[in-house]
Amino acid sequence: MQCQICSKRAATIHLTEISDGVRSEMHICEHCAAEQGIASQSQMSINELLTNLLAVQPSDEEIFGPSEVASSCPECGFTLDRLRKEGTLGCPRDYEVFEHALVPLIARAHNGATAHCGKVPSRTPRETKKLVKLSDLRQQLEAAVRDEDYERAARLRDEIKRLH
Amino acid sequence: MKLTEISNDINDWFSGSGPMADIVVSSRIRLARNLAGHKFLNSCSAEEKAEILERLKTVIMSLDLGDEVFYVSVDQASALNRNFLVERHLISRHHAVAKGPRGVVIARHEFFTAMINEEDHLRLQVLRPGCQLSACVEQIDRIDSTIEKQVDYAFSPRFGFLTACPTNLGTGIRVSVMLHMPALKMTNDIGKFLAAAKDMNLAVRGLFGEGSEATSDLYQISNQVTLGISEQQIVSEFEGTIIPEITEYEKAARKQLLAHQVETLDDKIARAMALLQNAHVISSQEALILLSHLRLGLNMRDHMGASTPAIDRLCARRHDDGATQPSHGLSIRTINRLFMLTLPAHLQMNYGKLLDATHRDVLRAKIIREALSQ
Repeated sequence: MQCQICSKRAATIHLTEISDGVRSEMHICEHCAAEQGIASQSQMSINELLTNLLAVQPSDEEIFGPSEVASSCPECGFTLDRLRKEGTLGCPRDYEVFEHALVPLIARAHNGATAHCGKVPSRTPRETKKLVKLSDLRQQLEAAVRDEDYERAARLRDEIKRLH
Repeated sequence: MKLTEISNDINDWFSGSGPMADIVVSSRIRLARNLAGHKFLNSCSAEEKAEILERLKTVIMSLDLGDEVFYVSVDQASALNRNFLVERHLISRHHAVAKGPRGVVIARHEFFTAMINEEDHLRLQVLRPGCQLSACVEQIDRIDSTIEKQVDYAFSPRFGFLTACPTNLGTGIRVSVMLHMPALKMTNDIGKFLAAAKDMNLAVRGLFGEGSEATSDLYQISNQVTLGISEQQIVSEFEGTIIPEITEYEKAARKQLLAHQVETLDDKIARAMALLQNAHVISSQEALILLSHLRLGLNMRDHMGASTPAIDRLCARRHDDGATQPSHGLSIRTINRLFMLTLPAHLQMNYGKLLDATHRDVLRAKIIREALSQ
């Protein structure tokens, strides 16, 4: 749907006005809305919010780098077969070595989650801390969208953009 | 310090005090951590395990916890001492039977323990009476941060704290509360609680019973998800949603008993009192269930103002002194003390030698009889 004012951009703000019992609808873009002083930044549509949300999602490789599937860990000699038998891994490096095989298991055990959010050791490099913080903010953003708290969602989106 | 110095009394977190103590007996938070640069324990040689143990023991023994700390070498401890530590929740069953160099650092007042070389290199635990998860998480976070200044934890930006088992990955946190749910069993509604816990993705474990059955009516509920949700969020969910919803089932069952099944309730309490006061041979399992019924009676009076013939008789034994000492004599503390001190390893520890099951049952009955006749 095009903006009813500029007829150029997509209408992302939909206003319904009831005046003297007469109902009128208006579909405008954010740019014109700002010019008219009708809508503030926080009153964005859910479509725009979701588009923004997707735009700030990083790719797997951006965060973790490429990973490989190996038959045994070069560090501890661990094999996936042992995980099936013993239920525990051989060394911290196994999470990297067997990442592709482990991620589906991890997601199943943790309600679909595959990324950490929460405490980070204080001696962690600043860049790593930032990545965890981003993951945390994204999770909060998803929760805000779910709760239809768009004002909070917009704030979180801005914070994610700033951190990027 | 010797374990016999703590074995003849209960610890603070099992004393029956704290917020919501009529149902929430205690709060516990555990963190799983591993050292960077070392293998996980199932791939470690005995030498590497000894090295990890020494490193972590030195760091943790030097912590300033505002309490005396002592160390128990679990691999060198006797079977009785290991069972005692399990009964007291100072180590896990797994730690008691694991292999190789391992130990536990314990704060004298038992609010903190650190198991070294359990399933992970380090398992920190903080316990408090009643519903006090926020205080627990604050305290354990502080302790963890102090340790982390001296050692490097295995950590990945994507997966968080790396643990031997992927089910503990991320925060490595296990948030648990111990709940006393006797009324739900009496009204045959325990299934409702178990179903609700399952819906909330919680792990439920019966405590002090044989196998998974909660003979003692004590259950532990814990989070299962440790990845993708922060420590604070998990605790907030427990305090804001999970605990209020779950305890509501037991509260409703207690109200139901008072309103419609008072004979069932009174029968359980009166039989429990009669048996405990008169038995000469009593098994641990029987004692646990009977003491659970007395605890229910006392809590229903204190928190609901319940008055039934059996509860009135039970509370008449409290020698109420008015405002200054409202309930000495038969108190929740007395019940919990009997509960803990008559567990098999506690009995033998305090008796000073090993006893077979028959002798334990006789000694248990004697201790309970004497305590209830005071």
